Amino acid sequence: MSVDRRDFLKLVGMGSAVFVLGTRVLPGAADVIPGQDDFLFVQLSDAHWGFSDPKVNPDYAATLKKAIAAVNSMKMQPDFVVFTGDITQTTDDPAVRRKRMAEARDIINGLKVKTIRFLAGEHDAGLDKGEAFQEYFGKTHYTFDHKGVHFIVIDNVSDPTSSIGDVQLQWLGDELKKIDKDSRIVVLTHRPLFDLYPNWDWWTRDGAKAIDLLMPYKNVTVLYGHIHQEHHHMTAHIPHHAAKGLMYPLPEAGSFAKRVPIPWDPAAPYKGLGYRSIEAKAAKAEYLLTEYPIKDKKLIRL
Amino acid sequence: MIQQKKGLWLVLALVMVSIMMSVPAVPLHAEDQAEGDQVIRITAKRFEYIPSEIRIQKGVPVVLEFTSLDRIHGFTIPDLGGIRTTIEPGKVSRVRIVVPTVGTYEFHCDLFCGDGHEGMTGKIIVED
Repeated sequence: MSVDRRDFLKLVGMGSAVFVLGTRVLPGAADVIPGQDDFLFVQLSDAHWGFSDPKVNPDYAATLKKAIAAVNSMKMQPDFVVFTGDITQTTDDPAVRRKRMAEARDIINGLKVKTIRFLAGEHDAGLDKGEAFQEYFGKTHYTFDHKGVHFIVIDNVSDPTSSIGDVQLQWLGDELKKIDKDSRIVVLTHRPLFDLYPNWDWWTRDGAKAIDLLMPYKNVTVLYGHIHQEHHHMTAHIPHHAAKGLMYPLPEAGSFAKRVPIPWDPAAPYKGLGYRSIEAKAAKAEYLLTEYPIKDKKLIRL
Repeated sequence: MIQQKKGLWLVLALVMVSIMMSVPAVPLHAEDQAEGDQVIRITAKRFEYIPSEIRIQKGVPVVLEFTSLDRIHGFTIPDLGGIRTTIEPGKVSRVRIVVPTVGTYEFHCDLFCGDGHEGMTGKIIVED
């Protein structure tokens, strides 16, 4: 079940939600947990560093840098930044892959905030099972806690079959056993865990197994990338939010015969590109998602 | 009791009918080719299938026979029950399908194979 903004709000019963220009309050409600505090983090995704088709993005060499500068100019600096995969454009040449990763890492390290959580995309890790990625960005699946929220990073790209794999699913199950059922959990991943559109490889082959493991937990939110556009979906009580990319937008699922980038629009530079901030609220246990274009703050008229 | 049994059988029958009606095709995963099956040979290479458009007859068993010219590729038709195979260089992979419903079914490579993988697609057109 895919939904647009309006449908999504109806779906999750957010009629009483507070909306501010450019922000939306999204579900993930839980009681206030001792030790929990408000915090802000930023999601960047799909920079595809190394991509160089000027018809798709004539500013391919500077778009990521603009995003980094924009995050640095935020009045309220995030506690950390997550990068949900496809940091680099894939290449068959392992040396070029590493060169791109080194360059991208240097650019991203220009962030004022120094806590950056990296995820791999299939462009980063699909041809060498994540070997180069791990050299430059660390593990491909892991957990971390921040102010009362448990973050779980799932790797669904290092296996070229778009799978998480039984070993990692066992690990996920073991990690979840350590967490109370009413804890707040944010899952970070590259591909959608649900079957968004398998014809375009917008799915995770064994994603349903991960969702089954997460289902008993009351307060789970999934943030992912891969599809280069904002998208919102519910599997039962679990919301899934896809982020825009930082190199080129992709069309809506199935709207074209082939999954090809939307060409650059000179009349609307950077259209469809952007990043988001996520504000975790302790008092009301809410996540406020704010979508930003590469330049000016986006105004959402609902 | 008898009424309950009748009800149970009715439910089972309805379930069976609904399953049959919800499956648009009956892909047969058997690797073996039956005698008389039509064979369509498909070459996979980065980042295309040759041919990429395949026409078959409704209800007629067809064996798709794959070879790869370069590296491992995948082949899947999500709308036919997710039928798939892996295509390895130096090996022949086969998928036998019988599609009882007229229509166009997209297929693609489901093993990430490099810069252009997203465009490695094709379609099977099932005709009367």
